[in-house]
Amino acid sequence: MPQPFTTIRSIALPLMRDNIDTDLIIRVERLFGAVPRDELGQYAFEAIRKRADGSLDPDCALNDERYFGANILLAGKNFGCGSAREGAVWAIAGMGIRAILAPSFGDIFVTNCYQNSLLPVVLPQARVDAMAASASGLPGAHEIVVDLESQTVIGSDGVVDSFSIPALRRRALLDGLEDIALTLKRADEIAAFHEHDARARPWAYPKRM
Amino acid sequence: MAMSAPRTLFEKVWDDHVVADLGDGFSLLHVDRHLLHDGAGPGLARVKDRGYTIARPDLTFATADHVISTARGRPPTSQSRTRALTALRDGTADAGIPMFDIGSGAQGIVHVIGPELGLTFPGALVVCADSHTCTHGALGAIGFGIGASELEHVLATQTIVQQRRRIMRISYRGECSPGVSAKDIILATVGAIGTAGGSGYAIEYAGAPIRRLEIEERLTLCNLSIELGAKIGMIAPDEKTFAYLEGRRFMPAGKAWDAAVAFWSNLCSDDGAVFDREETIDLSDLSPQVTYGTSPAQTIGIGGVIPRPNDIEDAKARAAIEAALSYMGLEGGEPILGVPVDWVFIGSCTNGRLSDLRIAAAVAKGRHVATHVNAWVVPGSETVQRAAEAEGLDTIFKAAGFAWREPGCSMCLAANGEVVPPGARCISTSNRNFVGRQGQGARTHLASPASAAAAAIAGYIVDHRTLDA
Repeated sequence: MPQPFTTIRSIALPLMRDNIDTDLIIRVERLFGAVPRDELGQYAFEAIRKRADGSLDPDCALNDERYFGANILLAGKNFGCGSAREGAVWAIAGMGIRAILAPSFGDIFVTNCYQNSLLPVVLPQARVDAMAASASGLPGAHEIVVDLESQTVIGSDGVVDSFSIPALRRRALLDGLEDIALTLKRADEIAAFHEHDARARPWAYPKRM
Repeated sequence: MAMSAPRTLFEKVWDDHVVADLGDGFSLLHVDRHLLHDGAGPGLARVKDRGYTIARPDLTFATADHVISTARGRPPTSQSRTRALTALRDGTADAGIPMFDIGSGAQGIVHVIGPELGLTFPGALVVCADSHTCTHGALGAIGFGIGASELEHVLATQTIVQQRRRIMRISYRGECSPGVSAKDIILATVGAIGTAGGSGYAIEYAGAPIRRLEIEERLTLCNLSIELGAKIGMIAPDEKTFAYLEGRRFMPAGKAWDAAVAFWSNLCSDDGAVFDREETIDLSDLSPQVTYGTSPAQTIGIGGVIPRPNDIEDAKARAAIEAALSYMGLEGGEPILGVPVDWVFIGSCTNGRLSDLRIAAAVAKGRHVATHVNAWVVPGSETVQRAAEAEGLDTIFKAAGFAWREPGCSMCLAANGEVVPPGARCISTSNRNFVGRQGQGARTHLASPASAAAAAIAGYIVDHRTLDA
């Protein structure tokens, strides 16, 4: 059962490269059952966090202790582009991230976020840049508040930005709705559709092999 | 009767699947075909554990492609991959879902076997937990990738909740010169529009050059829609589509077939239909494409020069190119021609079909792979493999020094452990050149089957149109 989404107040981890794809977020060899989904967090962003020799890259924000414990990720354009692997979302959620603030996201990634109560927030590039700049300042001085109920982000500079989440997704997150149970309340409508559709498009309903 | 407003192809297919309007642009949509691959085992088990039943096993079809070895005899490669395959077999058997397993004669990459078996068809809504499900749009279907949670929802309800997309039409014009393939067209399109250019859109590919493409070429084209950021890409069905599908295993025959074709013939964008965005691309001057970086948009013509970071004004874009070239071990300002390759991969849901293998075999015939190159040909399905062997393509490849392997996704994403070694350079007919995609530290150049085969022979990136005899 999903947990209802609550307001986030947290420091933010800045990872401002554009086009961070899902292969970068989680390597394929961690998936397909190699690592249980609730343990994927430790493998998030391996390809960014580590150098070619396997050692941690000290210049990478992911390895910077100022950002340890952040619940908010600041990201560049087209974050989460690429594959449909939901393991990318499980890995980020497994790091403790609950909201990602970016100028744009990959389409399938966004859908996967909603399924896991990870909030994808689209903000103008300039605002994400400003928050990233302030996040690199003194620790403790750059808390950001993300409020889904009012659809606002309050930066550490006090500036309030509005964002928009589709009403259906917002309600599901706030109420912690279980989507299969919700759809099955429409079982009669689905059955009626099938009955009508099987007459209109019989080729779509193959006989059993 | 009032005249209905003109609609796009996408809108017609979408409207045909709406079970309920959920408001705010969202609909509950009926799913015609849910395709499962070997990542689906846990989802099948979880649906059962949550107390739900599989709603329509008759509309769900499974195969194994991602984690299985493509070596002869299909040796196990790890315990977790074996567990994944077992979970799929057990879950589908338990639910009564047909599975095209290894050795069934129909196993293959899910996006190869769907069209090939006539499982996917014009006007269908097709989902699969794989982003390249956009491939099926080549038949006039809405196909899109879903996540693991959505997979469970589809299994339990045979429906999916989706937000309507905006619609972009990409119209092509001009005549491609010989040797320029569908892969080159779509790589150039990604280069022109960018990897986020299609975000939020369903794309319809249109224009005379699209009509001239054969169905397998259209499948290649639509396969890279997600590389434009669009999870859906479509082509209106036509006589070629119907001819391709007629007689396939899951297609109807006789009067039922005629009724289907009559219905499908209306699946096109009406005159006056409104697109949210229109793009036009002229193909007259297009040359074979090859990527130089770590994004499919980083593509150039085969005679082109790798961009110099210093020529790029925007600091962030410059840093991105610098990082890409550093990873790829390339210098800006150098020609892409002559870059030595270590590995060649011909296959994948992009370019693993019979026509792709014929083109590669025509290049390979009577020649030999360069001594330092490992070259693999991985057919997209057992059907493709059988047809290729019947025409002797395997003999041509093997005589030329290519490895002729069993069907699967293989080195496209290396989920089965078949990797390009760190630092090695691979020219690949697949769809993604992301950092680490083909293995940690692996360097990928995306190209067409002809370009990949020619590079295997030469040992370096070469213009296949002028390959020495």
